[in-house]
Amino acid sequence: MAQIKINKELCKGCGLCVMYCPKGIIRRSNKLNKKGYMYVEFKKQKGIDCVGCTFCAVMCPESAIEVFKQ
Amino acid sequence: MKKIFSFPKSLKKVPNHYCPGCGHGIVHRLITEVIDELNIREKIIAVAPVGCAVIAYDYWDFDCSEAAHGRALAVATGIKRVQPEKIVFTYQGDGDLAAIGIAETLYAANRGENLTTIFINNAVYGMTGGQMAPTTVLKQKTTTTPLGRGSNNEGPPLKVSEILAGLDGVCFVERNAVCSPAQVLKTKKAIKKAFENQLEGKGFSLVEVLSMCPTCWGKSSEEAVKWVEEEMVKSFPLGRIKG
Repeated sequence: MAQIKINKELCKGCGLCVMYCPKGIIRRSNKLNKKGYMYVEFKKQKGIDCVGCTFCAVMCPESAIEVFKQ
Repeated sequence: MKKIFSFPKSLKKVPNHYCPGCGHGIVHRLITEVIDELNIREKIIAVAPVGCAVIAYDYWDFDCSEAAHGRALAVATGIKRVQPEKIVFTYQGDGDLAAIGIAETLYAANRGENLTTIFINNAVYGMTGGQMAPTTVLKQKTTTTPLGRGSNNEGPPLKVSEILAGLDGVCFVERNAVCSPAQVLKTKKAIKKAFENQLEGKGFSLVEVLSMCPTCWGKSSEEAVKWVEEEMVKSFPLGRIKG
């Protein structure tokens, strides 16, 4: 069991985390942050768990993602 | 729950000015992670370039200096000679290090100055709007080469790492990319090695990082990553060149 926390004010919605997430549980939202970027969201789906691989955090150019694991 | 990936201590928690999908942010983070791991934050002096990363000192939480366009290594030489106990590194782009600053770079490397250089290669002049840089690859379209860079007209791209690897004063040269998680981790390893070389007093170390510039390439961030992986590495093969 793992989960990620996305700082939506730092996110610019480049989508590199979405591209490299092996489980496909990060997706672009249609909401804007203060700077006017459409940030990404962590959406858990039924039966698909975050594995804590940290690929999203490693690729994030804004260092907006923190990863937690049990 | 245990935190397994957190925001680096040496990085300021402010939104940066880079475009979405730019590689600068990744390399900024890698440098601060390495500095935190080596516990040298109090000893570091960084020299920021002119280019997109010109206000890198607004994002790094350690001592920084600014240099005139291309002269980062000349400034770094001065800092290191006056304060040899400090760890000095320069962070330069391709327009800075490979075009206007190639003379300073070559001579600092040839003297074997005990410095670390992080060289960001994104194949265009990003800050000024995407003009041709020395490292623009053949057939790449930029605002000053609208038909693509030709080998007859503009000549092939300048391979700075290979040129510097041929000099005696240089101890470590490696070329990496930030186009995939595996490559990012390899880049971090190379940056750590370059700092360790300076701590051991081995001489000049250079890490070239192939980076994305989605805005000036006219691509989405996903396409830009693919372009680095598939096209750019043909002109700039990855791997350790010296050391």
